[in-house]
Amino acid sequence: MTRGAIPQASSKIQSRSIRSASLRAFSHHSRSLLDIESLSDADIHSLLKEAGRFRRVSIQKAPLKGRHIALLFYESSTRTRCSFELAAKSLGASTTLVSASASSIEKGESLVDTGATLAAMGADCIVIRHPSSGAPHVLARHLRIPIVNAGDGMHEHPSQALLDCYTISEHRQSLKGLRLLLVGDIYHSRVARSNALLLSRLGAQVTFCGPPALLPEVAETIAPGVRVMRDFDRALPQADVIMMLRVQKERLAGLQISADEYVRDYQLTPERLALAPAKALVMHPGPMVRGMELTSEVADSARSLVLEQVRNGVAVRRAILLRALGGRA
Amino acid sequence: MRRADDRALLIRNARICAVGKAANERFDMLTDQGRIAAIEPHGKIPNKDYQLIEADGLIVSPGFIDLHVHLREPGQTHKETIATGTAAAAAGGFTTVCAMPNTNPINDSPEITRWMQAPERRAKVKVRPIAAATLGSQGEQLTDFRALVDAGAAAVTDDGRPILGDAIMHKALLAAKELGIPVIQHAEDTRMSQGGVMHAGRTAFRLGLRGVTAEAEASIVARDIELAAETEAHLHVAHISTVAALENVRNGRKRGVHVTCEVTPHHLLLTDEEVGDYDTNCKMNPPLRSEADREALWDGLRDGTIDCIATDHAPHAAHEKDQEFDRAPFGTTGLETALPIALMAAGGECETAVRWLSIGPAALMGWKDVGVLRVGAVADLTLFDPEQEWIFRAEESKSKARNSPFIGKRFRGRVRYTILDGKLIDP
Repeated sequence: MTRGAIPQASSKIQSRSIRSASLRAFSHHSRSLLDIESLSDADIHSLLKEAGRFRRVSIQKAPLKGRHIALLFYESSTRTRCSFELAAKSLGASTTLVSASASSIEKGESLVDTGATLAAMGADCIVIRHPSSGAPHVLARHLRIPIVNAGDGMHEHPSQALLDCYTISEHRQSLKGLRLLLVGDIYHSRVARSNALLLSRLGAQVTFCGPPALLPEVAETIAPGVRVMRDFDRALPQADVIMMLRVQKERLAGLQISADEYVRDYQLTPERLALAPAKALVMHPGPMVRGMELTSEVADSARSLVLEQVRNGVAVRRAILLRALGGRA
Repeated sequence: MRRADDRALLIRNARICAVGKAANERFDMLTDQGRIAAIEPHGKIPNKDYQLIEADGLIVSPGFIDLHVHLREPGQTHKETIATGTAAAAAGGFTTVCAMPNTNPINDSPEITRWMQAPERRAKVKVRPIAAATLGSQGEQLTDFRALVDAGAAAVTDDGRPILGDAIMHKALLAAKELGIPVIQHAEDTRMSQGGVMHAGRTAFRLGLRGVTAEAEASIVARDIELAAETEAHLHVAHISTVAALENVRNGRKRGVHVTCEVTPHHLLLTDEEVGDYDTNCKMNPPLRSEADREALWDGLRDGTIDCIATDHAPHAAHEKDQEFDRAPFGTTGLETALPIALMAAGGECETAVRWLSIGPAALMGWKDVGVLRVGAVADLTLFDPEQEWIFRAEESKSKARNSPFIGKRFRGRVRYTILDGKLIDP
């Protein structure tokens, strides 16, 4: 079949044949980081390797000196924004923060126009956080500079998944066969999607755990081998890494589950953690709601990697920005 | 609009595409005074001073009829006007289009209904407004159906804002029955689909987009069929898109309920996977569905459960589609690409495609003088070449809008001439 040709069908045709050529065919900057899905295996390995180098070796020179990075944040964020900012500055780049509440975005300027404005002012790269899934893709379609997704709606949070993956790799020889249990509000979670995609790509066995209202069955289709389990207590003994996700009380409103029931069935307590293998690790992308998805004892326990995740975030984001802007450390 | 050549029109050496004619025989057709004056075997009509179309084997079909288009006028002329929308219709072979009432203001009055049909709109083809069923399409108070029909409305609907209340839908069906017009329902329980921007399925989950379930469509269709059964009125389901809703229509028909339905070309050809990386040209309402739904729609067309193809031509300005997926408006254009997609669904059988594009819609609306090729019928005709390959190019489109997933795609089957009341429409 020639590219874009529509077959004259005498029987049912596959819709795929009509437009598959255009699927993910839009040209964006090849050093953009839009989602885990569009990263190659080689990209993933070199990003993780580069992050490791940043963790071990202190930076002497400023490989991104003279480069400008715009941080375009349509949603509030503490760790992702600070982490990208610190990463950029430590590489010698300058940063500009544009937030939705203190800019022309409030006056109704479109995303495309906002991005074009930043690029025209000399931004070499835009790091974007946005409540709409796919917003980074809109920018990437229109701008010639690399776009880094710092979290888009319910879609993906690729830098978080890379830092989570890096953090796990510091504790485990290999990700092959690693049993990852992602627990909580999977449906609304971009962290869950990115981690499931990334870790299953690297050979981990991914299980989602949560109530139907927050974890639809369709979630298991996100990557080959992903499973859905409802019973947290039965899932725990098979987990090497337990990744807890934030559960917002306001999201439970109107669903078939109350906060009390959620805590009863899915809160990670010391008693529950005892069901998991002794070496199982606990992770959380933050912000944590202590007393909701996990207790303080667990969050602050020796098995919790929460602060390591934050620390590694800066190194991973250095690697991401360096890849985006093509510098060498 | 009409001028220049007032001579009778002779179409020579055409293949006639209507029930009961062998498609390979060659015919000549003469139109006069806006009607079909003669259909004879090729060579039997002596050439006088006629305007001549050498069809040379083109298929001549009754003019296509689209029961579902958005012409955006009054109020949203940056998207489309009646003049540009009907120019696109003519290019796609349509001689009658039914204009939906979700204009600004909503077409809920005889005044707007007449305004849309006024010569000042410079329509290239016949425009039959479908008026709002309730005032402002608010779903609360019925419009004056009789006055609307007297003003030229062909049916009533609150398209885009479904009639949810049982009591008001019941009243609408009773009032429409009195006048012999259908109530057209955009079947979507918006209480279930709120915030949904694409079909609820694996692609929506992967992309982190909120889904519209099949159930949101099927439940309204089921409710409406019960009301249509009770009132013995005519219910027409717009742009049906799911297995479940189709099954409801099929069962309703078996019970003898007067329910008809239409399907769009894009639902026949594309699935939710085509949204790909947030392609807003694939954001429609109802959304592109699953492969199983798509296949069921083909079956529904072939077994006659679906009466016709309607495009749901929904033009939007580029800057409106160039947004975050969840902010972009729903809709795709469709008038200029309907024929090749109908031919594809028909497995290349011209008669079948013409049934879906012309005979079917005319029959379900009860229109006797169009959608038919016989001496004395209105000479609204479409001449097409079922084999011609062409590429749908944005810059060649007659619509003001460019929001189509088919831009740049190669098609087979192209409209060559569109004739309205016996006059060739200028391209």
